[in-house]
Amino acid sequence: MFISFVFYTLAAVLVASAIMVISARNPVHCALFLVMAFFSSAGIWLLLEAEFLAIVLVLVYVGAVMVLFLFVVMMLDINLAPLREGFARYLPIGALVAAVVVIEIVLVIGASDIDLPAVGDIVYRDADYSNTKELGTLLYTVHLYAFELAAAILLVAIVAAIALTMRRRSGTKSQDPSRQVAVKREDRIRIVSMPSSSDPEHESSERRR
Amino acid sequence: MSDLLINLFGWLPANLFLLVETLLKIALLLVPLLITVAWYTYAERKVIGYMQVRIGPNRVGPKGWLQPIADAVKLMFKELIVPARANRFLFLIAPVISLTCALAAWAVVPFSDFLVISDINAGLLYILAMTSLGVYGVIIAGWASNSKYALLGAMRCAAQIVAYEIAMGFALVVVLMAAGSLNLREIVAAQEGGIVNWFWLPLLPMFLVYMISGIAETNRAPFDVAEGESEIVAGFHVEYSGMAFSVFFLAEYANMILISALTVLMFLGGWLSPFPLAAGLPLIGGLFEPGVHWFIFKTVFFMFLFLWLRATFPRYRYDQIMRLGWKVFIPLTVVWIAVTGIAIMIGLPPWFD
Repeated sequence: MFISFVFYTLAAVLVASAIMVISARNPVHCALFLVMAFFSSAGIWLLLEAEFLAIVLVLVYVGAVMVLFLFVVMMLDINLAPLREGFARYLPIGALVAAVVVIEIVLVIGASDIDLPAVGDIVYRDADYSNTKELGTLLYTVHLYAFELAAAILLVAIVAAIALTMRRRSGTKSQDPSRQVAVKREDRIRIVSMPSSSDPEHESSERRR
Repeated sequence: MSDLLINLFGWLPANLFLLVETLLKIALLLVPLLITVAWYTYAERKVIGYMQVRIGPNRVGPKGWLQPIADAVKLMFKELIVPARANRFLFLIAPVISLTCALAAWAVVPFSDFLVISDINAGLLYILAMTSLGVYGVIIAGWASNSKYALLGAMRCAAQIVAYEIAMGFALVVVLMAAGSLNLREIVAAQEGGIVNWFWLPLLPMFLVYMISGIAETNRAPFDVAEGESEIVAGFHVEYSGMAFSVFFLAEYANMILISALTVLMFLGGWLSPFPLAAGLPLIGGLFEPGVHWFIFKTVFFMFLFLWLRATFPRYRYDQIMRLGWKVFIPLTVVWIAVTGIAIMIGLPPWFD
């Protein structure tokens, strides 16, 4: 009873904030509504006793990804009027894409090999049952190859992203801290031994020059 | 304590009783915490004062003891100014987000074997998630203020926190490997024994990485470029006045205490006694039993360390902060994950046997 109440509250908040993500006028508000949507879905996952997934959703998506999103959105000085230009012109193609997505979702959910009612009720475990441990065990034994494949793909993506964005410009004045640390006394000062002369004539001729 | 509760509220239905019990626990945690925060600000001014050969606050009350109360009263009666064309709702909710995240993390912090509000399985993950949310308060404040200095401070803060969170997360992964659990109580239990059995010794580099990342995460000197009063006046909270400003202040200090407590729990054996064998001594033996007093003592030491570092070090330059986070700490943590893995595999005594 209480669980259903919490579920419907979270679900309502989730759907409402998801709608606001695409309908709010200010992009920063959109990003913040997306954060709220993530929170609500994390709450729903907690109801399913998937605490690892729930907390990781908050940790990764809310704590890191959305921070960077906000970072970018706040820096853009977005003038909203030009963005809304041509709404009517692009409406047919937008509607087409939406229709394709809806049909795909219906086909997937309605497929005979995904039998949602057969999944059954949630099995509630004891307090000492660790969702994290179970996931880890499954991930690193049964699904090891898939996991490693995903890791390799992500690594390639990181390398590609860095390779695409890194440019070495010549003539920038950046410091190289390892060289700064490795600097020795001999590199910076030179001790010159000069003859100390008390010859006044020599000194005055030096000064004149 | 729980007997007293059952006597007082036993007539309530079970669910409601749980609610009352939890609320009381939260109050029991938050009231001392906020009092500590108030006098931590006083301690900061005194400690830094003496380090700089000054006296510090000494006018309000004997030796300035009542200074925090005077500050609180002053801030409460100051006018709250919302800048023109600021986003009013976000402007006012930003300090609340900051403080909520700082306080919410305390829910899973165990003070001793049984003194904890919520003893959850994934405690370490929860802590990491909550501390990573604090940045929202800063970013929203910076953006909603409609001020370029506030926005610059928020940008610096976001980049810094995202960078150091990775190092912090990896340091916690190493602790998780060493303890074999995400539950904070079990992490302390895995360090059972004297001072050499605690994790600070086998995980020494992680201990330092965590401590320094913690200082960077809380935006304290020498990593306080988000405030940077000499460059961007006061950073993200430049437009805040009165109580809204002081809520940011409270959140920062609550976070500092939290980082100190977590360092103690994960690397310095929490409530364990450093010399458990001394518990057999006459008279003073009782002091060497494990207990809350050890936890508080160690935490206070780290809280002092925060002030000490602030009084000692000049502010880092921004590119050097980024270099330290990305190019020094993250590689170091990755290497230490491998080292710890090997140590666990060979069962290195006395920690991993």
